[in-house]
Amino acid sequence: MLRALELTKFFGGLPVLQRAYIEFHPGEVHALMGENGAGKSTLLKMLAGLYQPDAGIIEWRGQPVRFPSPNAALSQGIAMVHQELMPIPDLTVAENLLLGMEPTNALGWVDRAEMQAQARRWLQELNTDLDPSRPMRSLSVAQMQVVEIAKALARQADVILMDEPTAALSDHEVSALFKAIATLRQRGVAVVYTTHKMDEVFRLADRISVLRDGQLVCTKAATEFSPASLIAHMVGRELSQVFPPVTTTPGEVILSVEQLTRAPAYRNISFTLRRGEVLGLAGLMGAGRTEVVSALYGLHAADGGTIRLHGKPVGLTSPADGLAAGIGMLTEDRKGSGIIPALSVQHNLTLTALRQYCHGAVIDASAEAAVTQKATADFAIKASGPGQAIQQLSGGNQQKVLLARALLAAPAVLILDEPTRGIDIGAKAEIYALIGRLSAQGTAVLLVSSELPEILSLTHRILVLRQGELSAELDPRQTNQEEILRYAMPQ
Amino acid sequence: MTATTRPTLDRNLLHRLGIVAVLVVIAGILSATTDSFATGANLTNVARQVSINGILAVGVTFVLLTGGVDLSLGSVVALSGVTCALFAHPGEYPLFVPICVGLLTGGLCGLLNGVLVTRGGIAPFIVTLGMMTVARGLALIFSGGKPVADMTPALTNLAGDFGPVPIPVLCFAFVAVLSWLFLGRFRLGRHLYAVGGNEQAARAAGVAVPSVKRFAYGICGLLTGLAGVVLAARITTGQPNAGQAYELDAIAAVVIGGTSLSGGVGSVLGTILGVLLIGIINNGLDLQGVSSYYQAVIKGVIIVGAVWLDRRQSRS
Repeated sequence: MLRALELTKFFGGLPVLQRAYIEFHPGEVHALMGENGAGKSTLLKMLAGLYQPDAGIIEWRGQPVRFPSPNAALSQGIAMVHQELMPIPDLTVAENLLLGMEPTNALGWVDRAEMQAQARRWLQELNTDLDPSRPMRSLSVAQMQVVEIAKALARQADVILMDEPTAALSDHEVSALFKAIATLRQRGVAVVYTTHKMDEVFRLADRISVLRDGQLVCTKAATEFSPASLIAHMVGRELSQVFPPVTTTPGEVILSVEQLTRAPAYRNISFTLRRGEVLGLAGLMGAGRTEVVSALYGLHAADGGTIRLHGKPVGLTSPADGLAAGIGMLTEDRKGSGIIPALSVQHNLTLTALRQYCHGAVIDASAEAAVTQKATADFAIKASGPGQAIQQLSGGNQQKVLLARALLAAPAVLILDEPTRGIDIGAKAEIYALIGRLSAQGTAVLLVSSELPEILSLTHRILVLRQGELSAELDPRQTNQEEILRYAMPQ
Repeated sequence: MTATTRPTLDRNLLHRLGIVAVLVVIAGILSATTDSFATGANLTNVARQVSINGILAVGVTFVLLTGGVDLSLGSVVALSGVTCALFAHPGEYPLFVPICVGLLTGGLCGLLNGVLVTRGGIAPFIVTLGMMTVARGLALIFSGGKPVADMTPALTNLAGDFGPVPIPVLCFAFVAVLSWLFLGRFRLGRHLYAVGGNEQAARAAGVAVPSVKRFAYGICGLLTGLAGVVLAARITTGQPNAGQAYELDAIAAVVIGGTSLSGGVGSVLGTILGVLLIGIINNGLDLQGVSSYYQAVIKGVIIVGAVWLDRRQSRS
């Protein structure tokens, strides 16, 4: 029904999608898999009219078509549900659902009763009994997604494109969304979607296409893949050794924390961190993990307690204090407190350690260029050049720039807050290997992560936070995910 | 990797070429339609006229880069002019005293803006709107509401020429070159871009955000003080009512030059081109004998049009 022929797109001279050939059939759920930057979103956006292809043809019902805008695609029956939803929060569900196609009476006034009825009908198609008169802002993300899908249905969409629809959903919400997608399949709609979650693909998809580095690797029925073969196709190699073995023996105590408190976020946190040690900090969302490590970097100072570095108490009221004391941090929120979007890769990279590349107050341009070149190579950062704006890079590459930035300051203690969130498997593996190397070089690493396999495989020791208090210290070799969760769950 | 393209720089270059093209076209039209435009005397005159707006625009570039704004420029120009003139009566103090008083007045006003923004946590728009009123009031108080006349020729000579070049133009050039070097080559310059580009991220990367902002407002104030001294020298009095709406011309020039009002993007080179564009438009409309009423309308349209063109270009 919908075909992409030799579809190609460049960004800043770098190909993000090359000569992709892919077909979508009615009543079929087609998953696009690939690492970040593989070209999945780009492909979807070209099909939806958000981007224009630089070469190649989109064929729709046997005819070549051009979609100069999302509206043009929509009028042909191709709708997209975006990764970041764009509802109008103060309008009701019905008003959002029928935006721009409101039923009117003879006078041209909006017929509210009819609107409610129509909206309810579309929602029922998707097996939800959501009240169409509720304001949009009172909905959960999952409910908003269902409204978006209903919106596409109301516009007679034959193809619905979804970019990571489950990224922000809980397990319960995911199953509600899957029910809606199953309904779409029955109605003969072609559903195309991207995800990073392995288990989902095998629950949902009829057909899977794998993209890697802007190239289509293969398209096969989902039953022909196993999780292992799918990963192998995505990264282009077998990931038998995702986690490097923990080999180093921790040395002397570098950082010790006593009775650290900032009520109500966390209370009486005490622990030590040794040279070359990787210490995991586990806990549920809202347990205070980010708050505790922010205090250690000076990002958000504690109210009480003592932080000692090499035995000497330090006062940390700003990140500049933390850096001066030899503490580095990769923050959790890459967009909000990580990258400076409009600045170049080079300027983002050298920001923290800029003093090292200066004579007095003046930047040494050649020293800065040299260190950028070295870091780009060492960290395998994919960019069209040091002058490319960082916002044009994929999430994984942005993260690598930020990691390199923190490491250029040569910290004795490195705090990593969710270092692999939202990045692809290849970049994850590189970061795991890096943590191993840092530990071997004697850097003390404090790793905050929601992914328990990471915490279990990479660390020497695990601390569990529960509602702002330390609930357990565990040995990763003698514990498992269930035990960690038991200590993490509120009592 | 070093040999590959550098898109961010290219875009800036494109932008500058765009303005240069507009400048050339306007200059071409003016040379063709008037006899007086392309003369040495007139071009020197244009340079002299733009120099005050130029100094202000370069100063406010620092503030806009951090994502702030300074609405108090015009009033602070008047205040600095008045304080400078008060210390410039013949035979009282050596020349450097009135100059320093003028510069310090501006610098202190700017620094106070910066402190209120960073320590007080008040929006820059509000802080500098307050300063705009306060500085104007102080200028009237210090001068008793009348122009402060009787200035020493040593100071008013500063509006004259040094060789063939007017001294205000030299001031502008000096300020522009220093600022250009500063923003491009100095660590603190880089920090200004970082703070404007993403304040949270800059702080997390170890940038001392509040001091960077205070510095930006302080430099802007200092240059505003310089503009006040130059203006006082040119009109040979300290005028408490001088400088009305100067901030608007300055901000317009910066924005035409491609600096983003939300901060983090921009350059001194762009600002200089913006200043020249506004200057040439003013001069051209004068030469064509366009009434000042129409001039205001035309200028407004050109400012919005130039920025619209730029945004359209950068989107595509």
